[in-house]
Amino acid sequence: MSKTSTEAPENPAGEDQDLGAAGSQLSTAPVETAMPGSFGGNRAPGLTGWLAWTGREALGWARWMWRQLTSMRVALMLLFLLSLGAVPGSLIPQSGTDALKVSEFQDAHKTLGPIYQKLGLFHVYGSAWFGAIYVLLFVSLIGCIIPRTWQFVGQLRGRPPGAPKRLNRLPAYATWRTAAAPDEVREVALQVLKKRRFRAHVAGDAVAAEKGYLRETGNLLFHLALIVMLIAFAWGQLFKSEGDKLIVEGDGFSNTLTQYDDFKSGNLFSDDDLVPFSFNLKNFVGTYQRTGPNRGTPSTFQADITYSLGAYGKSQKHTIKVNEPLEIGDSKVYLVSHGYAPVVTVRDGKGNVVFHQAVPMLPIDSNITSQGAIKVLDGYKNTQGVAEQLGFAALFVPTYAKGSGTMFSQYPGLDYPVLNVTGYHGDLGVNSGIPQNVYQLDTKNLKQFKTAKGAILKAQLLPGETMTLPNGAGSITFDKQIKEWAGFQVVQQPGTTWALAGALTAILGLAGSLFIQRRRVWVRATTGDDGATVVEMAGLGRSESAKLPEELGDLAAFVHDRAPTKTDDEPSVPPEGAEQQ
Amino acid sequence: MNIAAATNEHLANVSNTLIYSSMAVYTLAFLAYIAEWTFGSRSKIGRTAAALTGAEAKKAAAPAVTVQKAGTTTVLERPKVVVRAASGSRDVPDGPGAHGGDEQGDLYGRIAVSLTVLAFLVELSGVLARAASVERAPWGNMYEFNITFSTVAVGVYLTLLLLKKNVRWLGLFLVTTVLLDLGIAVTVLYTASDQLVPALHSYWLYIHVSTAIICGAVFYVGAVGTLLYLFKDSYESKLADGGKPGAFATSVMERLPASANLDKFSYRVNAAVFPLWTFTIIAGSIWAESAWGRYWGWDPKETWAFITWVAYACYLHARATAGWKGRKAAYLALIAFGCWIFNYYGVNIFVGGKHSYAGV
Repeated sequence: MSKTSTEAPENPAGEDQDLGAAGSQLSTAPVETAMPGSFGGNRAPGLTGWLAWTGREALGWARWMWRQLTSMRVALMLLFLLSLGAVPGSLIPQSGTDALKVSEFQDAHKTLGPIYQKLGLFHVYGSAWFGAIYVLLFVSLIGCIIPRTWQFVGQLRGRPPGAPKRLNRLPAYATWRTAAAPDEVREVALQVLKKRRFRAHVAGDAVAAEKGYLRETGNLLFHLALIVMLIAFAWGQLFKSEGDKLIVEGDGFSNTLTQYDDFKSGNLFSDDDLVPFSFNLKNFVGTYQRTGPNRGTPSTFQADITYSLGAYGKSQKHTIKVNEPLEIGDSKVYLVSHGYAPVVTVRDGKGNVVFHQAVPMLPIDSNITSQGAIKVLDGYKNTQGVAEQLGFAALFVPTYAKGSGTMFSQYPGLDYPVLNVTGYHGDLGVNSGIPQNVYQLDTKNLKQFKTAKGAILKAQLLPGETMTLPNGAGSITFDKQIKEWAGFQVVQQPGTTWALAGALTAILGLAGSLFIQRRRVWVRATTGDDGATVVEMAGLGRSESAKLPEELGDLAAFVHDRAPTKTDDEPSVPPEGAEQQ
Repeated sequence: MNIAAATNEHLANVSNTLIYSSMAVYTLAFLAYIAEWTFGSRSKIGRTAAALTGAEAKKAAAPAVTVQKAGTTTVLERPKVVVRAASGSRDVPDGPGAHGGDEQGDLYGRIAVSLTVLAFLVELSGVLARAASVERAPWGNMYEFNITFSTVAVGVYLTLLLLKKNVRWLGLFLVTTVLLDLGIAVTVLYTASDQLVPALHSYWLYIHVSTAIICGAVFYVGAVGTLLYLFKDSYESKLADGGKPGAFATSVMERLPASANLDKFSYRVNAAVFPLWTFTIIAGSIWAESAWGRYWGWDPKETWAFITWVAYACYLHARATAGWKGRKAAYLALIAFGCWIFNYYGVNIFVGGKHSYAGV
């Protein structure tokens, strides 16, 4: 691409040698040189000799490896490996995004599963080999851009290289003969080029000029921005925290570790980093399409909350929507899920209320057919007066299919809510210390309530209806009130601003390095054999530059305007103010 | 609400009719391009062969192509600028285009371009009617994405023609794929017009998806250029080595631009849109940050956007690296476009993830 020695083997011999220094350093792309075979060289006798030789050898190898790593070829290979390495992560379930799918995959593939596990294919983007690729790539990148930066600084402090011997060998070339003196032509060229923001100076019999340094600046900026982005991303991962919390309408949450249902954090996160705030869910609104082919597709989700900062902060109202999280300090609160929480009342045989609560149900399909468990942990005594625990497995549908009898919801809105319950009594097993799914009953130590005929006791309750438990064991009522719940995710990820700044800088740098042409122009003015001045102009740029001849034409036109072609019948045309058509 | 719904229903039907009509016109344009290529095959000038073999001696005598610059806005007289091809590359003239210098072929080519313009306008109104019927940006599902995508691809082609770029040779390839794209859209991917799920209620939908569509369209144009470069390059190599390509290959290849120019064309197209692709990914991650709580989470679509980005970065670097430029870099460009296509179709259909909306 550039006229550095990278290209030399491809060129016909002698082609670029004419350019000499003129073609050098048009870019700062690394120059690859041949690697010698042995680094240690001659080994002197004795231990010191051996040590010296080993030292030279080791240093040599280290230098060789460093050069390899920072070479374009290896960088290219690493880039390719990076994209190749990212592929399995998109095709194999990842534990970071969907742990459930990973365990399903492992159950289904008994031989592949362990192999994948060993290779880290269930967490590709956190695996050692993927890390190795990008760390090597970035080391290579740093090893590449630091010398290039110094080289570029050197170029900026130096001056554009002088004109090559034969300008007519350059990609764009123009020449004419003029009556103006060589000095005048050079002066004019210098003015024209400087006006066009070329860095220009007179070197020998020619003016040397260069423009488009922003290309290299952009290039370096882009690669630097990539490093900033990587560091910001890594920093964010280390200090990140992410917690989930389900809140029923009317309930609240304060941002401490114990309040979360589920909490993940980076290695360097500490609990003190949590931003102190609290909020209450006042109301959740979900609307769905009534008609059309996509009936039931959600059209709005929003959670109206009041929140306050710190322990005694002023309470403020806010609405969280799917794309509009609440930002409090470094924390962001996202609305991520929702469902129904029917209010249920359980009474004992004497009619005392032992349970009265909204029970969140977990949606299992897009029409919010939900399942859940009602767990009465204490306060209940059976007919014999012995303390017992009650459990009810429940299915809830917001819109029941009339007459069908199936418990599959027909629509996600609350058109015809039905609660299906079946009851158990005994030991819920919550005190065993083993974490339990709040939406399911562990029926190991439970006995199901049966009707007098021995059938399983179950009922489909409409709001306000009650199912009586047999033998005066009490009752369960599906209250008229049905609350909704919303799932929130509280995320704290530092470094996001840096990542964004890095990303925007990267685009800027990229635009500079791809859209700006770096090019050199030389204007030589010499006295010809017949005494007239021969003006030669030539341009050199990257091979993609179609605009180079065009620009050279423009420049030549300006110079020509003030140093016009010599015509034989007008031996002395004044160089200034000569009108041309 | 019912009146509004009826209007929308009506508009959606109008949109469907327009899309089908545009397909009909594209088919006519397709036939006209075929006619252009067929009539063009009558001309039998082997310019490339002449440049590469017979005229070797002549080349040394007159190595340069002379570009006479016409006076532009300035009244200044412009000295002649002599342009030399980059060292190492073959000095091959561009082919005359699909019509091959044949007058009748040229006529059909012009008819084809006119029909393409007409089809483009019909398709564009179809897309706009669709947008009006759903009262939002027309890229909420794969059907809408497809129809907008092909409209933009044709728009890019027509813009390049309008800028007087030598790209008419692209026409046949472009219209063929546009027909395929629309065919898939109306048969497999069709989704009745409807509102969006809450996750898509964001102005980023306009920014992120529209730039993705533009990038895809431009990458496609670049990929066609790359593919033709590979064909033309091997054709030129064969000639340079003294081989004799088949009659059909000669007929087609002689009419295409020189391989160096095809390569340059696809490089410029790809390089020009690469920063926009970078922006698309960044816009997507800004949106993801507000919608999903993280700006980067290795969702399949994100991952493949990243893979595509790295693949194009590979291509851009390869072009600057000795031993990789030329055919190897071109293969990388094709792989990169393959990644883009997989990201669009493959991820939605085979992989899933957070970018699945409206069924697919």
